[in-house]
Amino acid sequence: MIALVARDLRLAIRAGGGFGLGLGFFLIFVTLTALGVGPTEAVLAPLAPGALWLGALLACLLSLDRIFALDREDGSLDALLTAPLPPEAVAVSKALAHWITTGLPLTVAAPVLAPLLFLPPSALPWLIAALAVGTPALSAIGTFGAALTVGLRRGSLLLSLIVLPMYVPTLVFGADCVRRAAQGLDPTLPLVLTAALTLGAIALLPFATAAALRVNLR
Amino acid sequence: MEWGVSDLACRRGEALVLRGVSFRVPDGRAVAIRGPNGVGKTTLLRTLAGLAAPVAGSIDAPDEAFAYGAHADALKDQLTVAENLSFWAAIFGTGADAVSRAVQAFGLAPLLRRRAADLSAGQRRRTGLARMMLTGRPIWLLDEPTVSLDAENVARFADAVRAHLAEGGSAAIATHIDLGLDADPLNLGAFAAAAPTRADDPFAEAIE
Repeated sequence: MIALVARDLRLAIRAGGGFGLGLGFFLIFVTLTALGVGPTEAVLAPLAPGALWLGALLACLLSLDRIFALDREDGSLDALLTAPLPPEAVAVSKALAHWITTGLPLTVAAPVLAPLLFLPPSALPWLIAALAVGTPALSAIGTFGAALTVGLRRGSLLLSLIVLPMYVPTLVFGADCVRRAAQGLDPTLPLVLTAALTLGAIALLPFATAAALRVNLR
Repeated sequence: MEWGVSDLACRRGEALVLRGVSFRVPDGRAVAIRGPNGVGKTTLLRTLAGLAAPVAGSIDAPDEAFAYGAHADALKDQLTVAENLSFWAAIFGTGADAVSRAVQAFGLAPLLRRRAADLSAGQRRRTGLARMMLTGRPIWLLDEPTVSLDAENVARFADAVRAHLAEGGSAAIATHIDLGLDADPLNLGAFAAAAPTRADDPFAEAIE
């Protein structure tokens, strides 16, 4: 498992690996939101929690179709599934590598970009916390969607359609946590719910991902 | 190890392509799978490897006994040959010794630090075949292993297979050319299932 995660991370930082892709998209999304909606605090501040979460979610979505498709094209996926590693471990490793290359950088970058949208500084720790506990669920769900669509030609659009509805709970509670923090209310409840969603996704989805991989390689 | 299949039926997608396949392979023997295009050589190998479930029949060897070498070489373009090989050695838990033996057998030493993207087709193939030695598994399933190899490297490959057989391993090789190996022929044409009817199945086409 460690070897697989290490390989995926190494691939991500080599040329064409797409490590900065999600991060760059997030930066552009936040900037365009500020430019498009109008750069005043009165307009942007109420939007900031939702916009930041939406940006993070779409940035996560960008790299999902690479998770298994590239491995399938070059035959690595066949070889991985005949290896001693159980498919569930492949699913966990892939989700973990995806989170380290997208979720983690987004979590780190969000507080730097949040002032562009006039998010109150008091909400910054909660933004970091909500993204840190919420983005692993995005990676786990996305890995499942990628496994479902791995055998399809041009499956990436279908992948978005499958994955986005499953992102709704994390988006709702994650954004709510930041919004409450920005308004000076107690944000713990939505944060705990976000964490619960993540724990549920991490516990259950690797099995679904493994089953989808087995079916799709027939 | 001795292994075999009895009365195996396999499908490719929704289409049944082989039925009633039975053979046995004793210790230290290779079987050369032959037959025209589309008869189901790859399908049989994928079924043996455990990537597809058989429709009927049984394989009397565990999934963990098979190592599958497909058309694709399972190499990552952005990684060097050495990185690719040590990744697979780590996944199969065989370690650095296996890597150096595989490098020696396929003459890969001069290529170790080159990225897989910069290899020629034949060099990629050799690296992909070297992966079989890293699995440490007794039964090699090889799908057209000598595509893009020159005469010298076909001989190298045959030597590697012979060494594997001499250690009590075995192999099933789908190939159109003579490898100079003493292999038992298996003509799949004899097991071909009736022509599949799927032309008007839009769902099968969509999931292809």
